[in-house]
Amino acid sequence: MSDLVEVRAGVYHDSVSLMRVSQALTARTGVEVALVAMATELNVDLARDLGFAVPAATGGDLLVAIRASGDEQLENAAAELDRQLVAGSPGGGSPARDALPRTTRSASRAWDATVALVSVPGEHAFAEACDAVEAGLSVMIFSDNVPVDLEILLKDRARDKGVLVMGPDCGTAVIGGAGLGFANVLRPGRVGVVAASGTGAQQVTSLLDLAGVGVSHLLGVGGRDLSARVGGRSTTQALLALDEDPATELIVLVSKPPAPEVAAAVQELSLSKPVVRALLGPGQDDLTTAVEKVLGALGVPVPEWPSWAAESPPVSGGPLRGLYSGGTLCTEAALIAGTGEFTDFGDDEYTRGRAHPMIDPALRLEALAAVETGVVLLDVVLGHGSDPDPSASLAPAVEKARERGVAVVVALVGTEGDPQGLRSQAARLNEAGAAVFTSNAAAARHARLLIGAS
Amino acid sequence: MTLSMLLGEPRVITVGASVLGEALDQQAVPRTPVDWRPPLPGTSEALARVLADPRRERANALAVGRLLSARPRLVGVRPAHEVLGLEPGTFFHAGPPVTWERASGPMRGALIGAMLFEGLASSPEEAERRLASGDGITLDSCHHHRTVGPMAGVVSPSMWMFEVADAEHGGTAYCSLNEGLGKVLRYGAYGTEVVERLRWMGEVLGPVLQATLRRTGPLDLRSLIAQALQMGDELHNRNRAATSLLVRELAPAVVEAAPERAAEVLRFVNGNDHFFLNAGMAAAKVSADAARNVPGSSLVVAMARNGTEFGIQVSGLGDRWFTGPAGVPDGLYLGAYGPEDANPDIGDSTITETAGLGGFAMAAAPAIVRFVGGDVADAVAATTSMYEITLAEHPAYQIPGLGFRGTPVGIDVTLVARTGLLPVVNTGIAGRVAGTGQVGAGLVSPPAEAFTAALEALTLP
Repeated sequence: MSDLVEVRAGVYHDSVSLMRVSQALTARTGVEVALVAMATELNVDLARDLGFAVPAATGGDLLVAIRASGDEQLENAAAELDRQLVAGSPGGGSPARDALPRTTRSASRAWDATVALVSVPGEHAFAEACDAVEAGLSVMIFSDNVPVDLEILLKDRARDKGVLVMGPDCGTAVIGGAGLGFANVLRPGRVGVVAASGTGAQQVTSLLDLAGVGVSHLLGVGGRDLSARVGGRSTTQALLALDEDPATELIVLVSKPPAPEVAAAVQELSLSKPVVRALLGPGQDDLTTAVEKVLGALGVPVPEWPSWAAESPPVSGGPLRGLYSGGTLCTEAALIAGTGEFTDFGDDEYTRGRAHPMIDPALRLEALAAVETGVVLLDVVLGHGSDPDPSASLAPAVEKARERGVAVVVALVGTEGDPQGLRSQAARLNEAGAAVFTSNAAAARHARLLIGAS
Repeated sequence: MTLSMLLGEPRVITVGASVLGEALDQQAVPRTPVDWRPPLPGTSEALARVLADPRRERANALAVGRLLSARPRLVGVRPAHEVLGLEPGTFFHAGPPVTWERASGPMRGALIGAMLFEGLASSPEEAERRLASGDGITLDSCHHHRTVGPMAGVVSPSMWMFEVADAEHGGTAYCSLNEGLGKVLRYGAYGTEVVERLRWMGEVLGPVLQATLRRTGPLDLRSLIAQALQMGDELHNRNRAATSLLVRELAPAVVEAAPERAAEVLRFVNGNDHFFLNAGMAAAKVSADAARNVPGSSLVVAMARNGTEFGIQVSGLGDRWFTGPAGVPDGLYLGAYGPEDANPDIGDSTITETAGLGGFAMAAAPAIVRFVGGDVADAVAATTSMYEITLAEHPAYQIPGLGFRGTPVGIDVTLVARTGLLPVVNTGIAGRVAGTGQVGAGLVSPPAEAFTAALEALTLP
């Protein structure tokens, strides 16, 4: 075995690109493990746990740790690494790279944009978002770990400039048909969505799409927007904007339970268009029911939500384990199941220094492999930005779980237009032995049934 | 409310995870990616605090607006004791304040030369003794007195100064007269020829130029600099076009004002391609000074080196200096000199970069790119990268080769910290041993800590 450990000072690549590089290197014959990541505390610990001798480094340095069966394999892997890092840089290694803007500020001066999409690490997101707002651009902040006082400040500045701050921790938005962040391919239509919940919005819009109803715009506002402190600043802006938008006939507001005083204030906004609220919480409609109400309001018949039953599901009873990538979907499932241990792998504590589980399945697959008995309920979210082929890694893990006697139920959130292919992903997971539902609520009910809870 | 984002086709700036950008490419949504990298180490908290300051955006707009709208005019040439109230034994020097003990070779050499020139010592040894004892000697930074000086930048009472007034905001700034290249005081030389030249400049050049300007009236330096940029100067290491323009403007009046002396004065000015540098520096100084003292502004209003330290001043932080060790320039050397002969970076001439000239305007001066190491593409890249750390583009100072784009002007310490891009500075290189003179010219990087220290200071009330 040969180890290569290197700290490249001041070399930066984003966590998703590095995850891809790590995966590509690990997949090479003769390479046992490859970890290429920014040298955050988490990643350095990870490398040390793998037995690499990591020298002192800071989060601004690039950590390279490769273990191969021999020196030659190691050298080849190192050469491949350099090739991949060049190819993965923003300009793709072309000479034009030098000319790329270095901040959102300079990009906005050189090019006539309408919106900025910020996904740098949270501690640096404020600067880029500030640039956008100061340049008179609306901004989607995909990054999480942004302090709430900075969020408030940014949203106040945005209001003064007549632009919208979507986020922080905003997973999805669809602006005039363009999907930003994690976004399903939606048919254009008459429903406008304001969402303080990314995966909740993806569930709602995907089901609408499956029912043949399109979306005008989906405006994310960030998970904290309806909290008492943030006070619905962006929700208010977004509702007013959709109320003005000629393409929008009806507005859906998707959120985890809002602070009551904020919910009341939002309710008091005088809007000319009907608003359907999908506010997840005890005693509230689940998201699927809310979608059915929207269809009712539009006079569109409710279809049968597609699902694929597992062949001969084991009658397992036993504990229920929820392994989610979407926070709202996780909350909804836990509410419906009423029991079990649920983990949201998209939560801040799992994403510091690494990619979201909708892109990087590693942590969730590990957790799935550790389940020995009972029922596992998990979500797979399709669309732009997400794992291009989630079933490729998940289906084999499902098969193994089934072999251990574990039943697997999948909530598959997506549309027929999504690049991964809704039906092919469903078929693959179903063949592996999972019961698959396009409605998360239906998936949770099925899981509850399997464990024998009433 | 109407959100403009919802009206037209989306056009997206992406900064961060490349996978999210690629997702837009797959949808054929037009986008511009940002080549984002983490800020200078240890600055993220200070950055957030400074960017959150509600005064910043307007303060910077105001400060850089003043820098851009300044209208520097050369209004006179006068002796330093008259305009600056300099007493015998008092010397101004380049850069942040420095003591004799900490002064580098060329700074000491220039002070020795100034002592000899002022008749305060009869030999270099005596001058050095008196300067070291400090008896009757006062040293202060030029910048504290609306003044700038190239290289050592030593100003003594009998030297004659360009006087430049800002017709827009009413400020005034001063800079000494340029002695030429080679063995000159500003590079730390103090031999007989140096002192004799200074004497001639005081007895002939200064008074003749004074009489000349009285005839011509104020000379519009904003316009002259704008023309020189279009003729291949960057106004720091190349002043050939600007000097030629100055000679054209002044020559007839020189002849009228002093027919007997006109030939030697014009020959001297014409024989020194850098003669305009000092007038340009005073123009840059008076422009940058107009941007001073705007509370909350993170705009750099001075960059200066004393041969030991590189210091900056920031609009929102008054007259405080933020310093780091001066670097050794990277460049070409004259004759047998090499990097081991070079003194660390020295001079107030970085006021040109502060005002959007010099290294920031490198793309305007392809003729000297090899002199400062590199090719034309490097010069364009240098200028282009400076747009990343500046607040504005100069409305009058334009670069033909960049489609008459205005030069990058108004360094913002937050942008320096965010991008890690340090100002590009063109400079002459002084010999490290007192008395040597110029040994080369090249490029130098300021110390990042000067900018991060200023950023920290901006977080404090």
